[in-house]
Order: sequence, then C-alpha cells, then structure tokens
Amino acid sequence: MAAGSTYTPIATQTLGSAAASVTFSSISGAYTDLVLVTNMAIATVNGSIYIRFNGDSGNNYSYTNLYGDGSTVGSVRGTNANKTYISWYVSRNTALEAVSITNIMNYSNATTYKSFLSRGNRASASNSPGTEAIVGMWRNTAAITSFVITADSGNISTGSTFTLYGIAAA
Amino acid sequence: MSPILGIIASSNFQRVTSSYASIATANGTGSSGVITFSSIPSTYTHLQIRSIGRSTSTGTTISITANGDTGSNYARHYLYGDGATAGAGANATQTSMQIAFTTGSGNLADSYGANVIDILDYANTNKYKTLRVLSGVDVNGSGGFVQLSSGLWQSSTAITSITLTNSTNYTTATQFALYGIKGA
Repeated sequence: MAAGSTYTPIATQTLGSAAASVTFSSISGAYTDLVLVTNMAIATVNGSIYIRFNGDSGNNYSYTNLYGDGSTVGSVRGTNANKTYISWYVSRNTALEAVSITNIMNYSNATTYKSFLSRGNRASASNSPGTEAIVGMWRNTAAITSFVITADSGNISTGSTFTLYGIAAA
Repeated sequence: MSPILGIIASSNFQRVTSSYASIATANGTGSSGVITFSSIPSTYTHLQIRSIGRSTSTGTTISITANGDTGSNYARHYLYGDGATAGAGANATQTSMQIAFTTGSGNLADSYGANVIDILDYANTNKYKTLRVLSGVDVNGSGGFVQLSSGLWQSSTAITSITLTNSTNYTTATQFALYGIKGA
C-alpha cells in the first residue's frame, strides 16, 4: 500500500462584508472528494444555507435531513427541488454560531449522480440551537466545477468563513 | 477561485498537509460484493474510509468486519432520519457492523449511497475498537435516509484488515478509499 499525503486546502473565503452568496469556481478535478468547512451566520434572520452546483437552478436536487433542536428530533425531505441544503441551523446574529462540514463525494467523476453528506450545528445558548445531518443529491453526472452557497433569506454575515479542501484517493 | 459576491479577506492555495494520507482505493467490479483492505500499516492513529456505492441488485447494507473476524464480537448503535420520521436502534452480539449503505437496483438510476467511516485508534492494542459513521442515501424520494452510527469490535487486536461486504455485487462505479490520519 503506497500512501500519499492529501487533504489539501484549495481556497478560503472570509466575508469582509455581508454577501448574498459565496461562490467557489474553477474547481480542479484533481481530487476525489471535496470537503467544505463553514463558520457562519445570516445577517437578519435565522435561516438555512443552500447549495447549487455548476450554475444549475433546475429542479434537479433532493435532500434528506435528520435534526434535533434540544427537545424534538425529526426528519424532512425535499424532492425535485431547485436547490439542496447543507445547513438548516444558521443563526441570525453576528456571533457566527453556525458550523458545518460538507463532504461532496466523488465530485469529479462523470458517471454517477453527485451525493454529499453534511453535518451542521448552531451552538447557541439562546438562539434556537440545533444539530443536524443531511444527505443531498444533484441529479447530474457532470463533474462539479463550481458551486454557490446562498442564504434562504437575507445576507450571509460579515466574518463568515468558507474553506474548501480536496482529498485525493490513491 | 473567485467569489461572485463577497470580499475575500484571505486565500490559501494548494498548501499540502501530511497528516492525512491516502493508503489505498478499491473499486467495485460488478461481479463481487466484497471489498477488503488488507496489510494496513500501523503507522497512523486513525483510519477513514470514504465511499460511494451501489449494488447491482437489491442489497443495500454494507457489513463491516475487521481482521477476518466473523464471530459475534460486534455491536452497533444508530440514529436515522428517513425524510418523515427519526428513529434509533442498537444491536449487540453481531457478526458484523451493518452501519454503511449503498443504493441498489430498485433505486433511482445513477444514485449512489455515501459513507464517511472513521475508525479510531485502530492500531491500539489496549482497547476495543470503535467506529463512527455518517451515511446517507438520497434517491429523490421514498427510500432515502441519513444515518449517524457507531460500531464496536470487541477485540484489542490492532486492525490490519477491513472487509466491507454487500449481499449483492458492487457496481463498477462503486469506490472505497482508505486514508490514514496521524497523531502528533
């Protein structure tokens, strides 16, 4: 077994001012998986963050979510949607209490629909905290070369960070 | 990389770290439901297996065993959501850890199950071995689920091989990639 070092930082974006969305483009196909690590908030409302791949805003997305908010556990699904979520629990303040790690699996193959696994948390003491796991799918076999992260409502807050890593299999 | 909206305050490009290493990758053949990583070196602290998978028939559960042990030495706990309800369960005295998943022939074409499997302190000979798994199958409708699982192998032996078995065959686009994570 030959081992090769991987888990390579590709790019980091830190918002210097509130923005409606964040885009990663021209993503190299040199890796097997992508990992997106976020620490963020939404400027005005509690909300969710969704993702679209390769500029596709058609009804080609779906997701299944498992969540717990401290008193209730549940699951929801979206089908034939025009976006898919990487985090439901994003808080509205400037404390940047929401974190998520999204694994975009085998993003560069041209054979399979693209799946991702995401884990998110809003670690607030008072602002509707919660934790979640999400599986999502983009029904397209094209290699992912770009994606856009957008808040459902309002802007993503100043200081939010987004770091993209690439993992290459042997 | 360039943002369409927002201002970049910092950027990092192609800075390679050495604590996470690719050890081996195995692809499905279409004629076997067994993937084995063997001769795993003990030079790492943790292992991670990342996979997408689909079976050629109806089998969608991946059974994980270590070091060829098929005795009743495994246990699992899991928490899942199927799009409508959340549930949990546990099983002890198992002959494998059934805590990873694929899609199957009954699911939407070209859809694949995804798994990230963490195997903690796999080379330590002083404790039983534990796994943590994030799994998901989304098929744009009924049948999809996301699951958080833990697995236990009741052996203090260092793990040197891992077998991931589906009751039916893996498609050729199925892929399992094994990585090693070093401690300080």
